[in-house]
Amino acid sequence: MSIIQVERKVLAKNDVVANVNREVFLENKNFVINLVSSPGSGKTSLVEQTIEKCKNDFSICVIEGDVQTSLDAERIDKLGVPVANIVTNGGCHLDASLVSDAMQNLETEKADLVIIENVGNLVCPAGYDLGEDMKVVFVSVTEGDDKPLKYPAMFRNASALIINKIDLLPYLKCNIEELKKNALSINPDLKIFLTSCTTGKGIADWINWLKSNLKK
Amino acid sequence: MHELSIAQSIIEIVEEKTKSNMNKKVKLVHLKVGRLSNILLDSLNFGFETLIQDTNLNDAKLVIEEVPVVIACNDCGINSEVKGLSFFCPECKSNKIKMISGDELFVTKIELE
Repeated sequence: MSIIQVERKVLAKNDVVANVNREVFLENKNFVINLVSSPGSGKTSLVEQTIEKCKNDFSICVIEGDVQTSLDAERIDKLGVPVANIVTNGGCHLDASLVSDAMQNLETEKADLVIIENVGNLVCPAGYDLGEDMKVVFVSVTEGDDKPLKYPAMFRNASALIINKIDLLPYLKCNIEELKKNALSINPDLKIFLTSCTTGKGIADWINWLKSNLKK
Repeated sequence: MHELSIAQSIIEIVEEKTKSNMNKKVKLVHLKVGRLSNILLDSLNFGFETLIQDTNLNDAKLVIEEVPVVIACNDCGINSEVKGLSFFCPECKSNKIKMISGDELFVTKIELE
């Protein structure tokens, strides 16, 4: 019997590509966010709102992850900003190589903000570095206030939390204070935004925060 | 859900590390898996067993060491294990903590026949 000592991260190969992506983003002075959530929480709606309100102030490009279609990318394309679509064909997360390929189709050097919209899933994307500055995790109030407790790794790895669809609160049992408390117990450093993409409430705070993070 | 691709990455690491020992069968692959690494161990084992068929690794088994979530408190300096889901220092209740283990996913050792 012989033994080989290894000590190698299983996702080391992904991390190598993620670091190459990061260097490109850094050189371009892009601020890069990786949006993660369950399916249907409103990621694409918030990307649309962000583009509509900001595209005259600074330049944005979008990388859209989609399990099967280009529907989300078509929504972004209509708003006139550069978008690259990644269809994972059933794959449950984006990895750094997929993002690297998508970057070849975008002039990221022209962008101030790069938004990567991940595949709707709160489990697998937590472990995959894409080269982003930060993960932004999304929860809609229809999903319940216990979401952070069910997906702790994602909430630990994110820097900001968007609680979306707050216009529906009067119709739901979701306790927003409980949701915030649960999220902060997992990650006390989370910056929290309350938004409704339907009424526009809270979007201005989100955009001001984005602006304060831009690098050029 | 992503355990199959994790299993594939493990196999690639083992194949790379055992390239110069191709005549020897791989018996055990040791892993360190943090409790917060989002890996379902049964699925990982299943994915690994499925992918190693018809390869030089077809006798290999995974030996998994689960790593607890441990936080270090920046205020009182005490390290403690997180058993529930509260990332607060149990000693001084500070939330200024740093996670020092629990999200790792490593291949640590490969045993050949």
